[in-house]
Amino acid sequence: MTAPVVLLGPQNGDPDVGRVLREHGVEGRVALVNAGWQEREPDDAALVAALGLPVVNLRLHARAEEVFAADPPLVAAYHARQELLRHLQDFYRVRLDYIDDAARAISVRLVEPELLEQEWTVSVDLFRQLDRDHLERCTAIHASFDDRWRLGEREVIARHRRELAALIHASAALVIAGGHVASLLNRLKLFDVVALAAERPIVAWSAGAMLLTERIVLFHDHPPYGKAIAQVLDAGFGLAPGLVVLPDPVRRIRMDDRLGIARFAQRMAPSTCVAMGQGSRIVIEQGRLTRAAADRLAATGDVERGWAG
Amino acid sequence: MTARALTDLAAGPKTKEAVDAFFAGRSFPIVEGPAITFVWRGEAEAVHLKHWVFGLPSSQQLARVEGTDVWHLTLELPPESRVEYKLEVVRGGHGEWIQDPLNPNLARDPFGANSVAHGTGYQVPEWTRKDPKAAPGRIDEITTDSAVFGRRKSLVYVPARFRRTRRYPLLIVHDGHDYLRYASLGSVLDNLIGRLEIPDMVVAMTSSPDRLVEYASDERHARFLAEDLVPHLERLFPLDAQPKARCLMGASFGAVASLSAAWRRPGFYGRLLLQSGSFAFTDIGDRNHRGPLFDPIVAFINKFRAEPMAVAERVFVSCGMYESLIYENRSLVPMLQSTGMDVRYVEARDGHNWENWRDRLREGLSWLFPGPLLLVYE
Repeated sequence: MTAPVVLLGPQNGDPDVGRVLREHGVEGRVALVNAGWQEREPDDAALVAALGLPVVNLRLHARAEEVFAADPPLVAAYHARQELLRHLQDFYRVRLDYIDDAARAISVRLVEPELLEQEWTVSVDLFRQLDRDHLERCTAIHASFDDRWRLGEREVIARHRRELAALIHASAALVIAGGHVASLLNRLKLFDVVALAAERPIVAWSAGAMLLTERIVLFHDHPPYGKAIAQVLDAGFGLAPGLVVLPDPVRRIRMDDRLGIARFAQRMAPSTCVAMGQGSRIVIEQGRLTRAAADRLAATGDVERGWAG
Repeated sequence: MTARALTDLAAGPKTKEAVDAFFAGRSFPIVEGPAITFVWRGEAEAVHLKHWVFGLPSSQQLARVEGTDVWHLTLELPPESRVEYKLEVVRGGHGEWIQDPLNPNLARDPFGANSVAHGTGYQVPEWTRKDPKAAPGRIDEITTDSAVFGRRKSLVYVPARFRRTRRYPLLIVHDGHDYLRYASLGSVLDNLIGRLEIPDMVVAMTSSPDRLVEYASDERHARFLAEDLVPHLERLFPLDAQPKARCLMGASFGAVASLSAAWRRPGFYGRLLLQSGSFAFTDIGDRNHRGPLFDPIVAFINKFRAEPMAVAERVFVSCGMYESLIYENRSLVPMLQSTGMDVRYVEARDGHNWENWRDRLREGLSWLFPGPLLLVYE
């Protein structure tokens, strides 16, 4: 797409999304997706004020509820798919734990550092293989579901898609807020909203930004129990290729953990891992990164502050 | 071993002014690295430290600083320890148990309050305190008609963002009123839910008028929970009726009640949170040293040990290292694990008390019911 895709950091402190829209020449009404807020989707007053433009809330969460109420066979299949995806995520996480345990056990052996380095490369390969396999399985499940249920041909969904197309086509940009990333992803897919945006600028932050990349990676370095192991959730829309977006690093990432950062960046290579705090920005035009202001996590364990792309 | 400050006091002049100066601006007990010194001031025939640390003599005499009315005792306490205690002051041949007047830290329980000594590094977890940013849930009172117990009142925690269109997991808490009062359960739930560490959940807090009997592996109690309370709650609230969304929790006898109720209805509850369980057993014979109230528990645990069986999917067990029950809890864990259940066991340098149980709730609840923390990026 030729219109820019702009990824931002969290907007819950000092929002800059309104300024960003103006800088990209967006005038007139924008279409807002805040389905990541789930039932709080209508509570958009603060967000609308931050945008500083007329807004139409696309109500994807509410529309999905209407679809589920009107199409019982679909909802049964949809819930079964989600249950299957949850199981796969659980099993994938169990396997990640074992690879991580093995990597740690090997890393404390009293052998030559060069040998440990080689062994770490083996562990990284195992992580990457597992990540790749999980992503392929998730993608296959979605493809099979889409083939079987042909969402665009189901009456209620088709009607909502027509309504959404009209709303989006009459808007100057599509804005995707953060929130629950899986819920947001599913609703955007259900109504094919990203495709409907066509040549309009898309501005997204936090969970919204994560799902515009190729791989959605879940992470939190301060879990209430156990180990902090990042995990791939699913494929994103691929509008920001080559990036792994990590929102809200202040709360979620131990930026002083050089080893942890190195391991994560090596595992995600060749993608570039970008921590996006408040004020961060990444602009993609015609599939290429043209501007960045974020923190890059390097394979050396360094954090490149103010990475400019 | 004596606190450095007391050594100085003993070596200096024993005037009232010198003693007053010793107490001024100092917090008690005195913590100096691993050494903790209990101090009391006053006239008495003897002063004893009374604590509940299993493995140490439960009564230890304080020594008097010669020529003063200052009494002291120094113990070595491992880092992050938490010890509840009282002082026994003996006058006229009669001992009186008192809270430490020099220590403002108190832990309350149904029997009153104890003074609390914190070893180096221990801090009251911030997630146990009321957080104005966390939306408070509401507490309803319900009455359940029970075939076995008649009418029973329970409290029900309903999360702040409760919606009828959702399905919620159910946590049933034994001695729930005490958990609310002494273990800050309301604030803990508000905070953990608000921080997305556990999902929104409905929490039923039950209490028994005869807990030492009903909680001691009593079929009537298991029946009350599974046949009266749970169905009643499922009629009142939109609950997820799957076993993985049902949890029993309790401490001490409440932990026994939880395990035994799940054992009597295997597969009905998918999650158990067992704190400092009174899991008494015998390896030979059926006589136990804890008294007749424990007889039904010993019979149950002996039976469970003879034929361990999976009664839930996930079990979180915690116990304080300073409890006499640490042996029983450590012994139970491999039995639970041998059944294939997913078991997480945690120990703390603490005793058989409500603040120990409070401090383990974050790890226990978030392990049994992981919240959407990893999925929400606002």
